[in-house]
Amino acid sequence: MQDFPLFPEQASTFAGPVDVLYWTLVGLSLIFGGILPFIILYLMVRYHRSQKVDRTNQLHSSLPLELTWTVIPLVLVLTVFFWGAFLYIDMRTPPDDSLEIYVIGKQWMWHVQHPNGKRENNELHIPIGQPVKLIMTSQDVIHSFYIPDFRVKQDVLPGRYTIMWFEATQPGEYHLFCAEYCGTEHSLMVGRVVALRLADYERWLATPGEIILPDGSVGGAVPALVEAIGDPMELAGGQLFASLGCAGCHRSDGLGIGPNLAGLYASEVRLTDGSLVFADENYLRESILNPGAKIAAGYANVMPSYEGQVSEDQMNQLLAYIKSLADANVE
Amino acid sequence: MATTALPGRNYLEEDATTIGAWLKAWFLTVDHKRIAILYLLSINFFFLLGGLAASVIRVELITPQGDLLSADLYNRAFTLHGIIMVFFFLIPGIPAVLGNFLVPLMIGARDMAFPRLNLFSWYLYMAGGIFALTAAIFGGVDTGWTFYTPFSSTYANSNVILTITGAFIMGFSSITTGVNFIVTIHTMRAPGMTWFRLPLFIWASYATSLIIVLATPVIGITLLLVAIERLWGVGIFDPALGGDPLLFQHLFWFYSHPAVYIMILPGFGVISELIAAFSRKRIFGYEFIAFSSMAIALLGFLVWGHHMFVSGQSVYAGLVFSFLTMLVAIPSAIKVFNWTATLYKGSISYRTPMLYALGFIGLFVIGGLTGIFLGIVAINIHVTDTYFVVAHFHYVMVGGAIMAYLGGIHYWWPKMTGRMYNEVWGGISALIIFVGFNMTFFPQFIVGYLGMPRRYHVYPQEFQVLHVLSSAGATILAIGFIIPIIYLTISLWKGAIAGDNPWDATGLEWEVSSPPPTHNFTTTPVVTREAYDYPPDAAEVDAANWRPGSPL
Repeated sequence: MQDFPLFPEQASTFAGPVDVLYWTLVGLSLIFGGILPFIILYLMVRYHRSQKVDRTNQLHSSLPLELTWTVIPLVLVLTVFFWGAFLYIDMRTPPDDSLEIYVIGKQWMWHVQHPNGKRENNELHIPIGQPVKLIMTSQDVIHSFYIPDFRVKQDVLPGRYTIMWFEATQPGEYHLFCAEYCGTEHSLMVGRVVALRLADYERWLATPGEIILPDGSVGGAVPALVEAIGDPMELAGGQLFASLGCAGCHRSDGLGIGPNLAGLYASEVRLTDGSLVFADENYLRESILNPGAKIAAGYANVMPSYEGQVSEDQMNQLLAYIKSLADANVE
Repeated sequence: MATTALPGRNYLEEDATTIGAWLKAWFLTVDHKRIAILYLLSINFFFLLGGLAASVIRVELITPQGDLLSADLYNRAFTLHGIIMVFFFLIPGIPAVLGNFLVPLMIGARDMAFPRLNLFSWYLYMAGGIFALTAAIFGGVDTGWTFYTPFSSTYANSNVILTITGAFIMGFSSITTGVNFIVTIHTMRAPGMTWFRLPLFIWASYATSLIIVLATPVIGITLLLVAIERLWGVGIFDPALGGDPLLFQHLFWFYSHPAVYIMILPGFGVISELIAAFSRKRIFGYEFIAFSSMAIALLGFLVWGHHMFVSGQSVYAGLVFSFLTMLVAIPSAIKVFNWTATLYKGSISYRTPMLYALGFIGLFVIGGLTGIFLGIVAINIHVTDTYFVVAHFHYVMVGGAIMAYLGGIHYWWPKMTGRMYNEVWGGISALIIFVGFNMTFFPQFIVGYLGMPRRYHVYPQEFQVLHVLSSAGATILAIGFIIPIIYLTISLWKGAIAGDNPWDATGLEWEVSSPPPTHNFTTTPVVTREAYDYPPDAAEVDAANWRPGSPL
């Protein structure tokens, strides 16, 4: 007899609360969906035409009854709505101290880069007991990053970032699925999530891994890369920042023709039209690829577009660098 | 058309002596009843085709490996299944077959308001179907019935344009039918047939038509935009071209969520008719059932975002759509409670249509309740795009819409054909469908909560037992669908003569002969009574007359 589970493992901090809500709904459903059929069965038998029972004084409408079976379900669904709503807000609000990992989806694989530069394909190594925030984008069509045992799922879109977070609780290996149909080999766009104790995770991070080229593909035998984990993302991003010429205008002394980017991430930016925009990953991305879309107040629309010059991978590194500037500013 | 109906003449009888005249009499007919028959045959053909695709899918899923089909073929199979079943069976199903046949008869009219438009809508339906079939024959399409961009508009290299054209044309068929129903119900009711004397099937058809007319143009435009992006590279949905992929999902679900109600609302109407007829009493809470249809039609337009909780829409949007989704559950619940209350003190008979109606309630309750699970975002995040969703919408679509369609076909079959079918086989097949259906789809709730994503050609080993169970159930379900085709066909020649009103039901359609004369009513009926006006003692009399050996 093979392994034959009927209920998924609970391996993240969300799994417990989601399952409690789920079983509550199952319970409420049994009250309606379980008892109602028996009432129907009872009426079917009791009032079958062969039964000699009292059929006088039939009722054809009753406002009190209608109100009863309108109001009680309404109260119940609103209760579970609010319960689920608070849980949902929690599931969509990553804590500030989350470990940030970058994910790129493409037909038909997942590519992951860790802040220290380590890369992996179709696997995600994470520490337990620490919130992990995934910053995800797609190179082609829509995918969806799904870890059933964590009860989390988030679509991964081309042209923008989507965010997902979780905190694993149990060391182990878990399924990773693409849940949004993405073409021929959709069902092979799967992998595993490996949750490790923090010490094991740190050891894993420091160990050179597979030969993975920066474009996300698994390369042939490139001896030089076997040895190296790769540059940390911030460092790679800093080099890009220099080589693409960003540093010429976005000067750290604030005297450039573009804004100083220190402290920009996660701040509110005043635009030329007076509105405020929150500088999250999507704002930074848009400002690099389509700089004219939102102009920071006090600056001219002179930045050229970097559309087509920056790969998704490099974009992630640039983001990591710009975010590191934000941290530097706090100190 | 000019001759008045002779006594005993009915719409199925023919003056035609040559094949050409016969073809003309059927394929250029403007008689709503003949058009309903044309729809009945063509829609059932598409249903069998969609069912064939489903069988292939279920056979493939017996093993975790992809052994019967290649990944590409599998994707084309489930896409074909979805497109055929949604666009060419479920959406037109009850309105075009039962609605076309019954709306004029039930309101005391001689035909639809626009008989030629009605015929035209069937040709549009067939034209759309031919495009979709052509696409399938030339290699199929692999986008899923949802056509999500930018996959459909840029990446897929299958027959997207042909298929989209088919769905686009079919949309106009829906719209013309919807317009026809609205105008007919507004303007052609017989004297005395006030709005609150209308059978609930008419209320449901009216609400459905409103949704059709308001929502279908949106899907037409959306599919057109996909085609424009695909053909000419105009950036609308693909971010690489400057488009927005979520825009497609908003537009698509703005139609496709109301489309769910296009499928199920007419079913509600059928069930209201069946429950009243086989309980032999007036339906409980007539106004509440009628207005709940209208409430569903309205609220159904405001909940599309619940298909997009993990798509990347904002938390606020998620909360608003979740809240509205909770509200739309209420009118459906009201209907179920009112049907149940109708049974109380009735004189219930277990005739075939009633078995379908009772089966409908049981399955629809499960489909509706799991809809609440899905409407709560925290749970939706885990189960969306898994087999949990697949099971949920099959409980609503198959357990709801198809059970109602079959119940309706069995109820009005004697009216449509003038003959009775074999009731023993009718009951047996209704039970087989009920058992087979639950066996097919209940395990999918479990495998879905375990995390099995939908549209997977290969899957992890540990899900196999549940998939095997599901495929076994599908075999039973398939047998259940085939049996009615056999005994209903046989009944056309061997069935007992039904008489005008074999169920002793109320309603104008039962006052004309079976099959009805071409012009329905020789004199325009004047309505003086409420809908379902069974005498107060109808149930008592019916029960008192029951003897061992009478129909159960």
